[in-house]
Amino acid sequence: MRKLFIPNDTSAVAMGSNLVANRFEELIKNKSLDIQIIRNGSRGMFWLEPLVEFESDFKRFGFQSVDLSEVESILEFICDDSFDAALNKHPKFLGETESIEYFKKQQRLSFFRSGLGDPLCIDHYSSLEGFTGLKKALEMQPQQIVDEVKNSGLRGRGGAAFPTGIKWQTVLDTAHSKKYIVCNADEGDSGTFADRLLMESDPYQLIEGMIIAGLAVNANQGYIYLRSEYPFAHATLNTAISRCYAEGILGQNVLGKKICFELEVRLGAGAYICGEETSLLESLEGKRGLVRSKPPLPAIEGLFGCPTVVNNVLTLGAISTILCKGSDYYKNYGTGRSRGTLPVQLSGNIKRGGLIEIPFGISLREIVEDFGGGTFSGNPVKAIQVGGPLGAFVDRDKWDTPMDYEAFSAINSMIGHGGIVVFDDQINMFDQARFAMEFCAIESCGKCTPCRIGSTRGLEVLDKISSKKDVEDNLILLEELCDTMEHSSLCAMGGMTPFPVKSAVELYKEDFT
Amino acid sequence: MEGPLLPVLHAVMARFSYIPKDAIPIIARKLNLSSAEVSGVISFYHDFKKEKVGRHKVQICRSEACQAMGSRELEVHAKKSLKVDFGESTNDDLIFLEPVYCLGNCACSPSVRIDNEIHARVTPSGFDKLISDLRSVNHHKTRNSR
Repeated sequence: MRKLFIPNDTSAVAMGSNLVANRFEELIKNKSLDIQIIRNGSRGMFWLEPLVEFESDFKRFGFQSVDLSEVESILEFICDDSFDAALNKHPKFLGETESIEYFKKQQRLSFFRSGLGDPLCIDHYSSLEGFTGLKKALEMQPQQIVDEVKNSGLRGRGGAAFPTGIKWQTVLDTAHSKKYIVCNADEGDSGTFADRLLMESDPYQLIEGMIIAGLAVNANQGYIYLRSEYPFAHATLNTAISRCYAEGILGQNVLGKKICFELEVRLGAGAYICGEETSLLESLEGKRGLVRSKPPLPAIEGLFGCPTVVNNVLTLGAISTILCKGSDYYKNYGTGRSRGTLPVQLSGNIKRGGLIEIPFGISLREIVEDFGGGTFSGNPVKAIQVGGPLGAFVDRDKWDTPMDYEAFSAINSMIGHGGIVVFDDQINMFDQARFAMEFCAIESCGKCTPCRIGSTRGLEVLDKISSKKDVEDNLILLEELCDTMEHSSLCAMGGMTPFPVKSAVELYKEDFT
Repeated sequence: MEGPLLPVLHAVMARFSYIPKDAIPIIARKLNLSSAEVSGVISFYHDFKKEKVGRHKVQICRSEACQAMGSRELEVHAKKSLKVDFGESTNDDLIFLEPVYCLGNCACSPSVRIDNEIHARVTPSGFDKLISDLRSVNHHKTRNSR
């Protein structure tokens, strides 16, 4: 039996992989060919989707951007006995998938399983070191698990980069009859899709990480708070969770031990602010997603007032790797205080957009030019926004800055969740600054004045600037308004909206005057 | 169930495509909340609609990665061709148009979501094709059900 891999993932399907899969299935049936179709996850090289792979001699060969009209010719090529020689002649043939430079240059820890097989197959997951970390954790004391996480140097991958081990220690040390593990899967930042890819292509990794977190802090209830904009991830997670219950991985006796861990997915309802952890907790409790004042920290008084670990999808996913391979292995990747790997998400006007997992320390320029291959349109790059809608546009002179948390904060920027959005020279930066304020006005939870009123005032001031009304005075007013929002907002929404606005004014003044 | 209000509201949305006014006091009573609290939650989240909307939800992503690939033009085109603004339904009640802020398909932007399906690299003409496909599927459905 020969195997054909056709990705089943939001982006692959959006690029037409379901239609391609149906056509393959039809032809294989009609011709009675001995070929099995496996719907794998995506490898994250989204510009190649639908990326159809064929396995031969335990190697995988790819065909890129497969169109319905090419299905028949691809089948003919792979059925040819001398296919090695013949394949090279197919216009969409890529060669060995893992030899593609874009893929070969990466170091995949969190995403090493992504795209290899059926994401929902528990046997497939287990055959690739899946649940090894959990089995080890089941033999350890909670403090030992927390120590491993601390030693790994892992920092929260949602954007704030808080040391995970310290957060866990606080929850472990807070005595309470009920504790929670909450996964923040409200990946709302534009230009980010690493959480989505992990949930769709390797969901058991997240589930495993959450059970380990439960063991580490003595919590037996977990929730995945997922945004409603991810219908496919929702379906995948629900199936994965029900299979884990059926296999005794979740439930009253985790892997046959006297340990209970329950897990449920809860759907958000279209509110960007619910990615902020305290707003997320309010939402999980069934309330308006208003940001809470801190303290108390969620680690002490979180969901329903109980000590709660709130971690991002990638953070919890990394836990499985850390427990499986050891914290020293993980710590060996990275630079300075940024340890491990960074899943960069390259998108926008870019030739080769996708997920790039690499150790911290690579420069922005290498990502955009070497990996990305320049803009999709072929025009020069005008702006790069790093870290989502609240991230600054990075000055052209700073494109060689190594990507690590400290180096980026030193240039008044942030890595955040690792999203990089590229714009070509057709973009007007006034429009982008205005959008940042508009987005804040739409999505502000409304609890604090600087964010709620400031964003609307920001829009008004920008509109005055665009209608050429006292431009210089209004630019000063805009700057003062940004300072107020930055320093007196309750959370990052109002506090960081000024970053893209101020950097746009500073770097692209010609678009404002 | 802990914190049941959002799952309940999602279930009502799935059944009716909006939260009927009459449902609010019933939900409030069952969950031991006030009607004001339930209304407050409904108004906070974009997903929960207070009025009946078109049968198919068409969302155009307005986020930065999509803007970098022409979603601003797509947005203008969609409003013009459907003759509606964001937050409105077409005359035949078939389509409800609204913005969305990121569908996680940013490497293949601009993105459009129609009900639970996401489409990549949507050009204005590609958008028209999606809509005409949607209309023809519905046309057949209506005829078959008669």
